[in-house]
Amino acid sequence: MKLVDYLPYLVAIWLLLIGLYGIVTSRNLIHAVTCLAVAQSSTYVLLLSIGYRRAATAPIFLDVPLGTRAVDPVVASLALTDVVVGSTVTALLLALAVQIHKRTRTLDPDQLRSRRD
Amino acid sequence: MTPSVRRWTFLVAAAALGGLLVWGMSGLPPFGDYHGVYGLLLNEVAVPERHATNVVAAVTFDYRGVDTMIEEFILFAAVIGVAVLLRNMRFEEEHEPEEQARGRRVPGTSNAVRVIGLTLLGPIVLYGLYVVAHGHLTPGGGFQGGVVLATGALLVYLSGEYVTLRRVRPQAFIDLAEATGAGSYVVVGLYGLVVAGSFLANFLPLGKIGTLPSAGTMPIINLAVGLEVAAGFTLLLSEFLDQTLVLDSTGRRT
Repeated sequence: MKLVDYLPYLVAIWLLLIGLYGIVTSRNLIHAVTCLAVAQSSTYVLLLSIGYRRAATAPIFLDVPLGTRAVDPVVASLALTDVVVGSTVTALLLALAVQIHKRTRTLDPDQLRSRRD
Repeated sequence: MTPSVRRWTFLVAAAALGGLLVWGMSGLPPFGDYHGVYGLLLNEVAVPERHATNVVAAVTFDYRGVDTMIEEFILFAAVIGVAVLLRNMRFEEEHEPEEQARGRRVPGTSNAVRVIGLTLLGPIVLYGLYVVAHGHLTPGGGFQGGVVLATGALLVYLSGEYVTLRRVRPQAFIDLAEATGAGSYVVVGLYGLVVAGSFLANFLPLGKIGTLPSAGTMPIINLAVGLEVAAGFTLLLSEFLDQTLVLDSTGRRT
């Protein structure tokens, strides 16, 4: 078992963990939303690296003949869904952050907690 | 919980999660050695069956078309959510766009930015339409092309006054475009149910492989998605811009 065979999976794990670390230690909600986007990007890396085939082209057969070795189209389609959902979730969370700032004049999660108590 | 306790709790939990993930992923096939049955099968049959040369698009808009429809409604719901969250509050007053929010100094747009932005606007819109229309042939499609189209609105904002953007994006029209885009997908699906016997079944001639009018209903669905995404992202963009430029939200909570 060579490391290079599993490196993309390790990158995906690293992105997930570093994104979660950012959320846990965040002092600003905008920063936390960005960290969530980083954590989510690990799923793109994971999906696309699972579907990759060595020495293969994109699964688009307009100018290459049918039957050419190509990567998996299903995970590419899932990654597309993932990107769209990710961007809309980011927009929704940023709107929430704007609203929280309007009402409490702060974006620091710790200060929000002390106001509530 | 103090920040340092929180950090250490996380680090212990993350080590456990990371260990589990490494253990689980060591059972995956090595990178580049994929043997998934569905993907390989689809690469063989999608072009003869659906006459679409972009197999990713064939998967997205045909083989798993219902999933994509639901995904489109996630986008729709999120845009509505943003619009509801960022609606004018009781304590906010809307000002003329020229007036800047207190404490915010917006520098004037330079002529260079203005000229380049307006020059790019036409090509960007054309390119967005091209990406939407050729989704079943080459990389691209409704989602990607729709976002490119929405950057046209961003260019108007960057290169001109915000007033211009508010004039060229009549709110009612954008709302209508978004709803039409989302609804057309369902209508195409229901028409397939009535005419061809199952939801989203193709009811148009498949055409010659590799030409623009091919792949049956796929270009129509791409167009519907492109319309919805372009309108949705323009709406998101203008909702956020309204927050910074039009509303004076410094008023205290009432």
